[in-house]
Formats: sequence, structure tokens, C-alpha cells
Amino acid sequence: MTHVQALIDAVGLGSVYALIAVGIGLVFGVLRLVNFAYGQLIMIGAYMLVFTGGWPDAAGIAVCIVAVVFASLVMERVAFRPLRSSSPATMLVATFAISFLLQSIALLRYTYKNKPVGDTVGTLAQLNRAATIGSLHVRWISIVAIIVGVVALGGLALLLNRTDIGLQMRAAAADFRTARLLGVKADTVIAFAVAVSGLLAAAAAVILVVQSPQVTNTTGLDETIIVLVGVVVGGIDRLLSATLGGFAIGFATSFVGSELPTPDPNNLGAWPFSTSVYLPSVIFGIVILVLILRPAGLFARRGQGAAERV
Amino acid sequence: MRRFDAALQLLGPMALVGVVAIVGAYAASAGDSIKLRNAIVNVTIVVALYVFVGHSGVLSFGQISFVAVGAFSAGLMTVPADVKPGVLPDLFSFLKHHSVGNFSSLVLAAVLGGLYALIVGAPLMRLSGLAAGIATFAVLGITHNILTYWTKIGPGATALSLIPESTNFLQAAVGALAVIGVAFGYQRSRWGRMLRAAREDPAAAQAAGIDIHRQRLWAFTLSGALCGFAGGLLVHLLGSITTDQVYLELTFLTLAMLVVGGVNSLLGAVVGALGVSLLDLFLGDHENEWHVGSVSLLPGGTRLVGVAFVMLVVLVLRPSGLTGGKELSLTRAVRRLVQSRSGPG
Repeated sequence: MTHVQALIDAVGLGSVYALIAVGIGLVFGVLRLVNFAYGQLIMIGAYMLVFTGGWPDAAGIAVCIVAVVFASLVMERVAFRPLRSSSPATMLVATFAISFLLQSIALLRYTYKNKPVGDTVGTLAQLNRAATIGSLHVRWISIVAIIVGVVALGGLALLLNRTDIGLQMRAAAADFRTARLLGVKADTVIAFAVAVSGLLAAAAAVILVVQSPQVTNTTGLDETIIVLVGVVVGGIDRLLSATLGGFAIGFATSFVGSELPTPDPNNLGAWPFSTSVYLPSVIFGIVILVLILRPAGLFARRGQGAAERV
Repeated sequence: MRRFDAALQLLGPMALVGVVAIVGAYAASAGDSIKLRNAIVNVTIVVALYVFVGHSGVLSFGQISFVAVGAFSAGLMTVPADVKPGVLPDLFSFLKHHSVGNFSSLVLAAVLGGLYALIVGAPLMRLSGLAAGIATFAVLGITHNILTYWTKIGPGATALSLIPESTNFLQAAVGALAVIGVAFGYQRSRWGRMLRAAREDPAAAQAAGIDIHRQRLWAFTLSGALCGFAGGLLVHLLGSITTDQVYLELTFLTLAMLVVGGVNSLLGAVVGALGVSLLDLFLGDHENEWHVGSVSLLPGGTRLVGVAFVMLVVLVLRPSGLTGGKELSLTRAVRRLVQSRSGPG
């Protein structure tokens, strides 16, 4: 039964990562920009839950959503728009700078008050308990994460396929210049995509904070990095493959982690790849293998891979 | 005039490093001294990064793995052999009972960095764009993970200490000048030109008979060796090091320095590394110092905010970097002067 439990946990983590992957993939689709600062949107959301500590949960979450969407729109206006025609390297490094900037501003909260880094959040704490079904122990938040993931992705699919703005977003992602020539308003579409990605960041923030209530200035950073890896491994050119990539890396991290043996305290210098401390190496090893075999992405359409290799 | 331009391209960046080293050696306080030497070591890392990223146009997040390999090999092999078995009991015995001198450790760092880059580069250099970026990032992740946990080859999760602090201004400056010299030589060489041609137009370069994979692998290996060497300088500057010091933060910081300076020129690499390092030092020195009434203009911790903010502003205003990716050129300056004399149009 432990394998079943590991599977459920893996799907839970995969769902959160899928949410983040969609947020990154949406912006990449319309802007060709890898948003490294996405993690700091999550961090802003987490801090909103810190600041609204005494409020009802629903009010706190509402503030979180409004603030993160607003922050993502500001980010777009201040940094992404002027850099729209720059090289990918410049755009990426600009998002590094935004990420550093927001992290170090958050850090000021602790240096200024001269207290140790970190705040604890109590929002929706009841969801962090385990639901016991037979011999399975599943945290409610994993179940919530799966439900939120499915609902958000379903809603997004409807938005993209059944609405005008969705059609315009898909057109812009496929060929930005032609879409503009055909009357798609670039600024509106980009702002809309960025706002939706902000909404997803807020959802991810709430789930992550409930899962681990300690909020620091690096909240969301590691998750974003690993999801960026997953998105490229899945195939960043299409939203679906990017999302699957995010899900896959979350699933693999959680599942492989639970299957690797824990290190023997008497033999801490064990050979690489043999115990669970080497989980990152195993995951990154798989990443390298997949990229060498399928550079355009694991879930990319066939026939796109050849041109990417030299 | 062409030849004069070439000399300028080499001597300009060298002079910048020289000035910082001389000012540091004779005028800096003890606290600033280590930061200025660190700035010069940053120059070596960023120039090493430039050798690959600038010429190939491929963004690599993996070069700091070679810095880490260089730092830990140079550090491990210069901890005195008589204390090593006591502090690092798990090491392989050939590592535990031998030590080498300062110079040999730097050579070792460069050789291992280059070798490691050659091995991982052979398969990875077939990739381009984001796939290459993420694959090299995966190399960084694996390197950091193994260095942090495999105590047979290093200190594991604790700090490696007792390393001789031999990187004074002389060693830092000579090392940086050597790396700049090598980068300049590569840039002027036939291989450097071939790789830049491939960066500008891969299809045309291949049609002209350039083996892009081989040229990228060359640059990656050379950059790996220079990174390893820079790691050696770094570890001898710090005297003690943890794996986290040569991981994500250094990766993002050095890449940001390169792009802020201008990714396509040697001058850009040097200007970016020195500019960001000196800004960091300046803001750090003046934290808690300037006041308006009782309100501190730069309270503790604002240094990081300031550095990130300035980098963002530079990128938004000058997307191709402070130098615009151009080298110093008297020819260009004269041409511009003539054009402005003859009026608009």
C-alpha cells in the first residue's frame, strides 16, 4: 500500500508543479520570455497570507490573488514590455534581476527588524492534516492540490478554446507578428496572459503555503527552478507539453524520492545515486538523457526534434 | 590602425583590472581588500563564461560546476597532508595522504575543470537554445549534489577549511590578466572566429564547412579550464568554502554580470564583472551611513536591493549591455568623430 500512497503524493506534487508550469508556459507562449521571477510572484502571494494572518481565510486568499495579479501586471509593464524585442538572454537575465530584487526586498523585512528569517502562516492549516483511508495517509492539501489543478487546467482549456481572447492568445503564441497584422491587440493579449499566469501563481502560493507554512524570502524559488527544468523537458513550445513536463517532474521527484533508500547513518559517504540524498542527481540525470534524445521536449510533436540539434 | 585596435582590445580590459589591483593593494582597508580581490576573481569567472557564452551564443548555466570542481580540487589538495586525515576521514586514501603546492593546485584546478567540461560537453554541445541551458543547469545540479554528499571526494555538507589564503592582489591580478590574455587569443583565433560565425548564422557556417559541434565543444572545454582555474583562485581567496558558495547564486550573479556588461565582448565581460562587484562594495560600505533626519537612506540589506535594481535598470535602458557588446576601437571613434564633424545626414 505504501506504493499507492507514494503515487497519490506524487500526483499531488505534480499538480502544483503543473499549475506553475502553465503560468510559465502561458507567458512564454506570447512573449518568448522565460520568467524566472515567477517564483517571486508566489513569494508575494505567500507574504500576503502572512500579512492577513488574523483575517478570515477567504479574505486572505482574495487579497493574495489581487496582489499577485497586480504584481504580475506591474512586472509586465515595467520590465517585459520594454524588453519585448531584446535577445532571450537579456530577457532572462532581466527576470533574474527582478527575482533578486524582490527577494532582497523581502529579506529587508528581517534585517530591518533584526529578527530571524521566516514567518509562519496559519491559513487553511486544517488542510495540512492527513485523511486516513484504510492504511493510506493522504494530506487533504494533496487532494485539494489535485482538484485545484484539474479545475484550473479545465478552465484554462475552456478559455483558450471557447473564447475570443483565448483564440487571440493561441494565435499570438503561434505567430505573434501575423496575429498582430490580423488585428490582435498585442498589449491586451500579453497583459491578459500575464494576469492569468499571476492568478495561477496565487493558487500555487496558497497550496505551497498550506503544505509548508514557513514563509521566507526564498519561498517559491526552488519550485520555480525545478518547474522551469520540467517545462523545457516537456516541451516549452506548446502549453500542453509544458504542463505535462511540469507535472512529470513533480511526479518523478516525489515518486523516485520515496523509492530510493534512505542513507545509512554509518555510511554517509555512500556512492552517488545510491540513496535518497542523491535524488536531485537522479532527476537531473534523467533530464539530461531526455534532452539529448528529444531536444524539443519529451511531449513535443514528432518531427520537431531534428532541427534543434547541431 | 587595425593593429592598434587589436592592442586596445587586449590592453583596455587588462588596464581596468590592473587599476583595481593597484588601488586595492595600496589604498584599500582590510575589509575592502578581500572584496576587491573577490571582484578580480569575479572578472576571471565572467571572462571564462564569456569564452563560451559570448562566442557560441548558447546560454550555459553549467560553468559554475567547473568553478566548483576547480575550487574543491585546489582546496582539497592544499589542505596540509598532516591534518587532512583528521578533518576529512572519509576521503579516498590517495586524496587523504597527499598535498600539492599553490601553483600546482591552480594547474590541477584548470586541468580538471577542462577535462570535466570536455566529458559533459561532448554529448551536451549538440543541443541549442533552452535545451542547452537546462541541460547545462542539470550538470550544475548533479555536481552540487554529489559534492555535497559524497564525502570520499570532499568535505560533504560541511565547509572545507584550512586552505592556504594565497590569493593576494598579485596572484588575483596575474591570474585575471592571464585569463583575459587567453580569452583574447581565442577570440582572435580561427576557432573563435568560426564559432562566432556559427553564432550569427548556423546554416551558413555549416555550409562553409564549420563543424559547429566541435567548435562549441572546444570553447566549452577552454571555458571549463578557465573556470576551474578561477575556482582555484577563489578557494585560495576565501580559505574555506561550502558547496553552496559555488552554486545557484554565483551562477545567476556571474551570468547577470556578463549580460549587464555586454555578452558579445571581452570588454563587456570585464566591465560587467567589475561594475557590479564595485557597486556591491560601494553600497555595502555605505549601508547605515547616510541619513535624512533619523531615517537611514541605506539601512542594512539595501546593498542587495540596490545591485538588483541597478542591473534591472541597465538591462531595460541598454538591453545589449553597458558596452553594447562592442570592443574598444579607435577606428570606430575616429569614424564617429568625422561623421559628427560633417554634420547630420
